[in-house]
This record gives sequence, C-alpha cells and structure tokens, in this order.
Amino acid sequence: MERAKVNQDININDYKDVWVLAETVNGKILPITLELMGEGRKLANNLGKKLAVIVPGYNIEEAAKELVEYDVDIVYYVEHELLKDFSTLGFVEVLSKEVKLRKPEVLLVGATSIGRDIGPRLAARLGTGLTADCTGLEVDTEDKKLLMTRPAFGGNIMATIICPKNRPQMATVRPGVMARAKKIEKSNASFEKIIPDLKEEDIRSKLIGTIEHDQKRVNLIDAKIIVSGGRGIKNKDGFALIESLAKALGGEVGSSRACVDAGWIDSSHQVGQTGTTVRPDLYIACGISGAIQHLAGMSESKYIVAINTDKNAPIFDICDYGIVGDLKEIIPALVSSIEAGEFTL
Amino acid sequence: MKIIVCIKQVPNTSEVKINPETKTLIRDGVESIINPDDKNALEAALKIKDENGAKVVVVSMGPMQAKEALLEALAMGADNAYLISDRKFGGSDTWATATILAAAIEKIGDYDLIICGRQAIDGDTAQVGPEIAEFLNIPQVTYAKELELKDGTVRVKRFCESRDYEFEVKLPTLITAIKELNTARYPSVKGIFKAYESDEELVKVLTFDDLNVDETQIGIKGSPTNVHRSFVPVKEKHSEFIEGNTAMEKAKLLLTKLYENKLIQSGGAK
Repeated sequence: MERAKVNQDININDYKDVWVLAETVNGKILPITLELMGEGRKLANNLGKKLAVIVPGYNIEEAAKELVEYDVDIVYYVEHELLKDFSTLGFVEVLSKEVKLRKPEVLLVGATSIGRDIGPRLAARLGTGLTADCTGLEVDTEDKKLLMTRPAFGGNIMATIICPKNRPQMATVRPGVMARAKKIEKSNASFEKIIPDLKEEDIRSKLIGTIEHDQKRVNLIDAKIIVSGGRGIKNKDGFALIESLAKALGGEVGSSRACVDAGWIDSSHQVGQTGTTVRPDLYIACGISGAIQHLAGMSESKYIVAINTDKNAPIFDICDYGIVGDLKEIIPALVSSIEAGEFTL
Repeated sequence: MKIIVCIKQVPNTSEVKINPETKTLIRDGVESIINPDDKNALEAALKIKDENGAKVVVVSMGPMQAKEALLEALAMGADNAYLISDRKFGGSDTWATATILAAAIEKIGDYDLIICGRQAIDGDTAQVGPEIAEFLNIPQVTYAKELELKDGTVRVKRFCESRDYEFEVKLPTLITAIKELNTARYPSVKGIFKAYESDEELVKVLTFDDLNVDETQIGIKGSPTNVHRSFVPVKEKHSEFIEGNTAMEKAKLLLTKLYENKLIQSGGAK
C-alpha cells in the first residue's frame, strides 16, 4: 500500500461540509457526539457549509435516526457487521474511503481514548494534518480557514494551529468543553445509509473481550456540582470528608492528580489536563492549590469555591468565593449547616 | 525478538512557569526528563527482555542534547540506542515526526514490536504512535494497560473511558503505553557504569542522509499543521474572600452566597 503524502497541491475548493464523527458504545451515541455537533453547527454556519454527522456501527440505524432530531443537515450511518465493536483499522478503513469520496472540509473527532486512536491513523492515511485535543475552534473571518486552539506544556500555554494546505482540516475535540447540540422542532436533515466495502482481513486485530469498569461510573462531565479534594486533604481518609460534602449537596466527587498518583482515589475522579474537563455550575476545590494542569480542567465552571489554608494558593486567583481555613473544620460546618437548612437567613 | 521503543526528551512541564511580565515560558533551569509514558513503554520492553529474552532498541528524535535520555534508557537496560537528529528535521509536526521515525525504524529493521508512550507531556498529542503504525502499515493498539506476548501475538488490554477492550494482534505491531501499564525501574549501578563510563560511543546518530525519507514530507515545509499563534491563557476573576470568626460562621456565609446565586436550595441539594 502506497503511503499518503501531504502538500500535494489539492484543490481546496473541492472540499465542502463540516463532518462530525459520532462515537458509540453498545449501539448508544455518546454525549461527545452532541458536543461536536453543537460546535460543528457554529463552524458550518460561519463557513456557509452543511453540517453532517457520520455514525459507523452495526444495527445502528435506530440510534443514528435520533440524531436527525438535532440541528444537523445530513446524518450518514455506516452499517456493517464488522463495525459492531471498536477496531482501529475497521473504522479507519471505512472512514478514509468515505472522506476521500465525499471530501469534507472539516472533520471533528472526539478527543476520547477511541477518537485519539482513530484520528491520527485516519489523518495519516488521508494525508492531512490533525490538531489534538482542541478546546476552541473558530473560522478565520478573512480566509475561512479553521483556527484550532489547544493547550500545550501542560496547559501553561495555548496554541492556535492551522492546516492551510491539506484537507480535511481535522481536529480532535476535548470532551466536556463544547456546548451540546439542541433538538429542533422541524428538522430537514437527510438520513443516508452507507454500506461499506469492509473485509475481515482489513481489521488485523481480534477483540477477545470487553471488561466493564467495576466501580460505579463517575459522571463528572454531567455533574452540576463537583466537590474536589487535593493534596491538602492529607490522606485517603480525607476523601470521606469530600464525599460527605458532595453527598449533602447532591454532587460528584472530583480529585486533583496528586491524590490519584498517591493512590487515595481512582483515576476516574481526576479533574484536569490529564483527567476530565468539567464545567459544572458549582465547583468546590478543597485543599487544591491550583496547579495550571488542574485549572485547565475546571476553570470554565460557572462558580468556583476554594477552601485552602494557604491564602496565597493560586486557586484563590480564579475562584468566586474563597475561604482561608482548615477544610477539616470548614467541611463539617458546611455539611451540618446544609443538613440543618440553617443558611437561608 | 527485537523491540523498538520510541522515547522523547521533554521539559518537566510540572516545573514550567510563566513569566508574568513577558507572558512567556520560563524554560531556564527546568530539567529535561524522559517523557513519563515513554518510560512505561521502555519498562514494558525491558520486562519482556527479562522474561522471554529480547533485544531492546531505543530511538529518539531530537537535538544532540536528547542523547542524555538515550543514555538513561541504556542505563535502565536497553541494548542499543539511536538518536535521530538533523537540522532538516526541525519544526516537524506529528505527521513529519512520524514520517522520520518510521523511516528510522525501517532503517533499523527486523522489528517484532514497537512500543511508544501514549503521549508526551509537552505536546500532549498522542498522535505520533498511530501515525508511525500507519506509515509502517502495521496494526496498533493504543492506551495499553496490560500486555502479554504469546506465540507470535500480543494480547493487550487497552483502556477506554466506559470499559476496557482486550485485543489480540499478530506481530509486528505498535503499542502505546499508559502509566497504568507498569512502574518504570531505576537504572541499575551496573547499567549506569555501562552507559556512562563506556569508552565506546553507545548512541548511534542517524541523520537525514542515513534515512530513506522524502524531504517534502518532513520539517516545517513538510508539516501539514503550523502554529498560527500562541498565547498565555488569562484568567481574570473577581474573587471574594469569605470572612468569619469561626468555621461555622464562614460556612453559613458561604452557603448564603451560594443560595443567593441559586446554586443550592435551602436545606441541601439542588
């Protein structure tokens, strides 16, 4: 197989439409798909192009059909028995063929562990660039190129990346950052089935099994309230305090990387650059100093409360309300006041 | 059995600070380290070497300074090291980097397994591994958290947010490692002597002229993506400190503020 090349003087005007790659698990569409569609709509409008979502899978028609109710122009579903389970090469094979045939100008993929596996392999096969883990996308008002902004150096610096000479302009987009697409009353979206030419030998890996994660799934992305613990909780037992406040407020438990690395809590709770990006209505940071890597994952929260003994901790620069004090005293006081309903004045 | 491990020398980004006046990265005095995920990749290869016997070859693309990272890998137990270095490689994005590394790996040749770290802490792209696999036309399994070799195949448990997948793939293949895969060893005393006290030049340097690589696909000119601009994220927020004489006073005042902003209801959860 001849490898692809970039910078082949392609005619950029041949490429049209903004595409979103849907991600599914067990035939269910994942929320990242709606986030990409919400952002894709904005880009398509700014480019004056159509928005399409492509859903590869098996027995996927019903799930794909649900997407027609959203603000989108075309829903393609790619139906094949060999797409029942995730495989890098199965998905890359069908997607690369469809992209070459239909020539989208922009292709958005979720920056999930699956999207970041398929995305680079697909870009390499197509002969185009890919910008990883974007947190901001815009269309240049002058020349209509896609401006893809992402954090680098652990979130210390932001870089805006362009892909001027190759198409599609591809980006993986960080989950939890973009606003989800909305359902609309009268949708004119077309619904098209694609039957791909895919053979077993294209896949070159064998799925032995799937292992469900045994813990109760932590749903940080959808949580309205998150109470997070950092190094200042001192030890594993400190999370009992964090949990008590989260429970009293009906929120989820988050964590800084330090606590995950120390083995105090499972990595599924980790908020930040290498964990989950969250934007709840209320984020309460307890004993978190506010390293840039943590801030990168929570600074878009609507309200931030920080509790820390060190009044110079950087977390206080980005919070709405700060309490300088010992969380071992403050948290029990908060919990008992909430339970007593004593704060309404 | 020959295992090639790709490693990158990176600045320890947890020590990187921003100069508040110039809004630029302060890189002076920041130590250079082997990228953490790449250390897990190397450990996985060394474990196979310990258990089944294998030749472990480490490869790094970068400036001459990256030789330090390769010497550390040799001290940990790698057998051979190649530094891929040339001015023509400067400014490469992930496409161009993978093009060069794939050419270097082909030059080294006869590999059974390639292991990379999932992503580097300076760029965080996670793209070079899969792009190398595509250019070499071999299968890939990324985000590996468990790995076992068996009769010319490798079984890999790969992480996914909702559930893990277990794949079996025939060799040769490319795997990317995450930190859950293992804990990297420290260099042994013997290893340190071998790597740092040797009279021989243990790190072989490969330049543009040594590789069968298309010049139009590398460096700044061969990179499909370019940095349009970079900036320091600014966060300006008006923070209000909650004052009070006791923890209870502070707690009640905070809850009142949250209640006024409709973030919580009286008596508990929203």
